[in-house]
Amino acid sequence: MKVSGFVKKYTMTIALVVVFVFFTMLTKGKLVYAQNISNLLLQNAYVLVMACGMLLCILTGGNVDLSVGSTLCLVGAVAAQLMDKNNMGALPTVLIAMAIAVVIGIWQGFWIGYVHIPPFICTLAGMFLFRGLARVVLAAKTVNISNEAFLNTFISYINVPGLDTKEAHLSAIVVGAIVSVLLLVFTVINRAKRAKKGYDQEAAPIAFAKIIIADALIMVYCVKLSQYKGIPVMLLWILLVVLIFAFITSKTAFGRYFYAVGGNEKATKLSGIDPRKVYFWAYCLMSILAGFSGLLVAARIGSVDGSMGNSYEMDAIGSCFIGGASAYGGSGSVMGIMIGAVLLGVINQGMSIYGLPDEWQYVVKGAVLLVAVIFDVVSNHKTGKA
Amino acid sequence: MKNITKLYPGVKALDNVNLEVARGEVHALVGENGAGKSTLMNVLSGTIPYGEYTGSILYDGKECQFRNINDSEKLGIVIIHQELALVPELSIGENMFLGNERKGKMGIDWDETYSQATKHLKDVGLKDKATTLIKDIGTGKQQLVEIAKALSKNVKLLILDEPTSSLNEEDSKMLLDMLLKFKTEGMTSIIISHKLSEVAYVADKITVLRDGATIETIDNSGHNIDEDRIIKGMVGRELTERFPARERKIRDDVVMEVKNWSVHHPVYTEKTVVNNVSFKLHKGEIIGFSGLQGAGRTELAMSLFGRSYGSNISGKEFLNGKEVHLHTEREAIENGLAYVTEDRKTNGLVLIDTIARNNTMARLEKVCNKYGIIDVPMENKIAEDYKKAMNTKTPTVQQHVGNLSGGNQQKVLLSKWMFADPEVLILDEPTRGIDVGAKYEIYCIMNDMVNKGKSVIMISSELPELLGMCDRIYVMNEGNLVGQFSAEEATQEKIMGAILKGGKEPVNERKEA
Repeated sequence: MKVSGFVKKYTMTIALVVVFVFFTMLTKGKLVYAQNISNLLLQNAYVLVMACGMLLCILTGGNVDLSVGSTLCLVGAVAAQLMDKNNMGALPTVLIAMAIAVVIGIWQGFWIGYVHIPPFICTLAGMFLFRGLARVVLAAKTVNISNEAFLNTFISYINVPGLDTKEAHLSAIVVGAIVSVLLLVFTVINRAKRAKKGYDQEAAPIAFAKIIIADALIMVYCVKLSQYKGIPVMLLWILLVVLIFAFITSKTAFGRYFYAVGGNEKATKLSGIDPRKVYFWAYCLMSILAGFSGLLVAARIGSVDGSMGNSYEMDAIGSCFIGGASAYGGSGSVMGIMIGAVLLGVINQGMSIYGLPDEWQYVVKGAVLLVAVIFDVVSNHKTGKA
Repeated sequence: MKNITKLYPGVKALDNVNLEVARGEVHALVGENGAGKSTLMNVLSGTIPYGEYTGSILYDGKECQFRNINDSEKLGIVIIHQELALVPELSIGENMFLGNERKGKMGIDWDETYSQATKHLKDVGLKDKATTLIKDIGTGKQQLVEIAKALSKNVKLLILDEPTSSLNEEDSKMLLDMLLKFKTEGMTSIIISHKLSEVAYVADKITVLRDGATIETIDNSGHNIDEDRIIKGMVGRELTERFPARERKIRDDVVMEVKNWSVHHPVYTEKTVVNNVSFKLHKGEIIGFSGLQGAGRTELAMSLFGRSYGSNISGKEFLNGKEVHLHTEREAIENGLAYVTEDRKTNGLVLIDTIARNNTMARLEKVCNKYGIIDVPMENKIAEDYKKAMNTKTPTVQQHVGNLSGGNQQKVLLSKWMFADPEVLILDEPTRGIDVGAKYEIYCIMNDMVNKGKSVIMISSELPELLGMCDRIYVMNEGNLVGQFSAEEATQEKIMGAILKGGKEPVNERKEA
């Protein structure tokens, strides 16, 4: 591959590396402390989870969901109140809270998909509606969460007796090693299968170089985790969601429809795919993920107030666009937006550790988003014309 | 134009092309898709600015270096692109002076705008008011508005890129006659066209381009050139047959029958678009639908294809003798229908997606397991197979469809619907805007289909193609079926006659062919 092609294909990955190195130097290495590395993903759990849903919405044609911050707050508020006021157990609380997220999803999906209310307006209305309802549920107070089972489900760390001690959580390294080996084995088997069937595939050196880099990153990350409390449970939840959505968007017919509708809605309809259903599912799944994020955020903060999740929609939308989702719909990948979300997270955390004032953090984030989208539009414009 | 060379990444679009056009002549540019006709004209009109190509343009003996369209328009060179550049929500007059507004003391002088516009409309023979919105007039008239717009810019050299590709025969003739009229008034024009009969009719000189190079310039001052002579230059070989021969194996089984089919306009529901149409299609048969623009052929086809067009649809649709009620496109596909749209870019393909992914779109479940998980390598292999079978020109099936030429896009669209494995294939203008070679290949594919016992419905505005390919031809006019001819009895004159006389006495299924 030529250098220019390589740079183009992996722009955001390269940007991530550059930004990471930059902030590591700026913070004199504090960014790579075990605690900070461990917290990087946890702090941005809601962004990573919601970006998956937002990707579906954006794929359908550059549409976004503005209501997710409010949905997140409402679902968190309901969960907090059920446990605090009604003394409900963790499991029924989670089920009821998620049921509400599903109802919100059906509500938005129905109006947008089947009644053709423009997504921007419908979700703007939702943003006010659910924010207001959340405050009603909270009775304008801050509600603390003290249910141990609930908290443990989301914010504890995996601790294997005998393997893990206070100083070193070896389970993280073990898991890391297992995952790395599995990844390698899976790649080898997959390549063998494809070769047997005579399908085209990537040249072996490139494919294995990629896997080795990925394995190295996983190992470094797991070593860092082992130095600070071990594997967080929340990380598993994030991985679960991200892997499911990566699978749906890249491997299933259901996922393919989101790209088709965003690429050309009329052609998609004439190909026997119902665009209404596609819109419905995009917004329905988005709300469900927003509700789930509500549980994650509520557990992490340990309390819920009426302003929880304010402007979180912008983080999710921003990650998608930084991660290369097209503002016109029809293209973007879960892998890409995860890189976008982590990039945004590194910038956030780097600035916080460095001690940049809040107001300047906004300026930097805005500039990064704009630059990312300009880059996307300009490069697409150039290749699109040729 | 001398030694023009234009490079695109990886492709030499133009290679040392020379073109000489004399004042006051009509010069035709012909060639297969991707031969470089449009690129050459974009260089001449400044759409491709000076510096992005090499070579030189001499106009009236002076060397020109156009940085943009405005530069060339100042000298009276105006290009009308194949895709019309009119704003549908603005009036004819507003469109005509868009970017060239008639300014008064305070803002735009609307009286001046509309009186000028009316004058130019008269020159092109349009009777519509200059205040009519573009979206309210048909494509044929829109083309005329584009020409009127060119006139308003004091055009001396008019470039037309496939002006008649979306016009019916009548409108095309009118447009060509207008060019001849302007010629007598001293205007020079360059016309790009795939319709050789038109080229022979209108052009004084014909330049043939092939693979980015000028092959020859043929003199046609007598307007009597043999079409095969042009084709020979275009494809570099002689196409002995314009239409591939086919052994006719029509069986008696009726695969599709439609009875008393009526469709109303989706928005203006009181307007009937298809009126009481009945027809039959046998196994292994190709039937054609002829008619003018707006005759209701596309609307008939789309409404039959899972009601994807229209409202208040009534009538009966039978497949293999059984009545079917197809309410969605999905049901239509599952019942063995396929509709290949006339507008591949808007209704047919996802241009920003790859060939492979477009190929499987209408029947994605065929490459999925029972859990809906796509077998991507299999999908790619299928696309490769179709690429070979269709002779689609692309380095890889991972290419985005938007990067292909029109003919190759059409092949991808056909592949997509062949993959859906239909019993009845409805082709709506399958050869619009594609070159002779690709047309021939598409005809071969149609023959292949019917040889395998499938059936084809072909909608086309080009009479020779209907006559060359179809076993029976139905004629429509203003939503009514006004005639039916078997291959033996049909002639251009009879069909045109039926269209012109049509609308007065609807004929329905007079006899079996």
